[in-house]
Amino acid sequence: MKINKIMNEMSDLLSDVFDGATIMIGGFGEAGSPIELLHGLIDNGAKNLTIIANNAGNGRVGLGALIGQNQVKKVICSFARSAKGITFPELYAKGKIELEVVPQGTLAERIRAAGAGIPGFYTATGVGTPLAEGKEEKLFNGKKYILENALHADFAFVKADVADRYGNLTYNKTARNFNPIMCMAAKQSIVQVRNIIDPKDTDPEQVVTPGIFVNRIIKIENPIIESKAIAEGAVYP
Amino acid sequence: MKKIIALEIISGWDRNTIASKIAKDLPHGSYVNLGIGMPELVSQYIEGGREIVYHSENGLLGMGPPPQENEIDLDLVNAGKKPVTILPGGSFCHHADSFSMIRGGHIDYCVLGAMEVSIKGDLANWSTGTGIPAVGGAMDLVAGSKHVFVMTQHLTKEGEPKLVKQCSLPLTGASVVSRIYSDYATLDITDKGFKVLELNENITLDYLQMVTDGNVYQ
Repeated sequence: MKINKIMNEMSDLLSDVFDGATIMIGGFGEAGSPIELLHGLIDNGAKNLTIIANNAGNGRVGLGALIGQNQVKKVICSFARSAKGITFPELYAKGKIELEVVPQGTLAERIRAAGAGIPGFYTATGVGTPLAEGKEEKLFNGKKYILENALHADFAFVKADVADRYGNLTYNKTARNFNPIMCMAAKQSIVQVRNIIDPKDTDPEQVVTPGIFVNRIIKIENPIIESKAIAEGAVYP
Repeated sequence: MKKIIALEIISGWDRNTIASKIAKDLPHGSYVNLGIGMPELVSQYIEGGREIVYHSENGLLGMGPPPQENEIDLDLVNAGKKPVTILPGGSFCHHADSFSMIRGGHIDYCVLGAMEVSIKGDLANWSTGTGIPAVGGAMDLVAGSKHVFVMTQHLTKEGEPKLVKQCSLPLTGASVVSRIYSDYATLDITDKGFKVLELNENITLDYLQMVTDGNVYQ
């Protein structure tokens, strides 16, 4: 029997996503954001989710739509402000959604640490700022650092460019961003890709995310372009 | 904080002139991260055959200028999520590697905007204390870059000093700024205060002191 992580039905792909789950969402703005997986999650209907992402969504598609459906209780991100953000600002102003602000590099490193089996680490980022409050401090060579903990997740929702059935992934330009490290940090990483190739055609030198970090793959050949969809007034569902 | 309102706001260098002054101070071969907004202008003024490699925090080293309209690729963007290009010799990496370049001390210079800079080099540039708090990569950049340059107007729109004894806004980092390029002067952060390296031709040292909350000297 051959290993095959490719699935065809979105509902099968997301069937075990549960209420209260912690989910990492790849992407930096719209680049690398798994819009179709997010829409699948809206159809799945899981609630009280904790979302770990860099941003908090735009308009009413993708992450913006998920938040607008009141499925998210907390967002952990570095930059929740956006000119095109609608749903997060609305709920935040009403006190209906929690926000944990994390410096972007600390966010990336906390995710990477989880994937690498590192429970915590010391960093200079945030020392002397409000984001250091309540965190353990330690001096190394006379310089102050704060302790940050690894960020784990039940699921990672990831967008890549090309996959094979083993889950080897390559990305497109800066759409790579958080996606590879989120694959490493989550118990189950779920990936949408534009194209699937035969493993014989996978160049091992070019693989960015080795298949061991990937659990499920779905092919979405022509993904929604978030900014275009928002400009056209798209709303999901 | 001492609130001085300048009676008359004298106009200093325009933002392009400030950008060109910063550009002159970036050595050949340095790795540089330019903040979103005004600092982005700096790349237009690199002269004298120098080559600078620009880093964008979202996983791009070797960032080039904005693309032509017909070459826009929404998967190739900068930290402000605007379309950019990649130059020959450039590379992509994931976020943890990109921030290792910053946090690991590999970025030689970052140029950032400021709401306030203190005489000790504390920087406040991420939060006015209201609205949705959003920090992005600013705290990483000031903690990890070898040199932190600030590019700013000397006064707020209300005529209040941005160079202060102590920041009143939430800090981005403590004792992190090395140099300030304002429309009135270029100043180094030193133990004795703000040291003037260059003064705008319309500005006297007395006036600069009046609109700066903290010791200024030449």
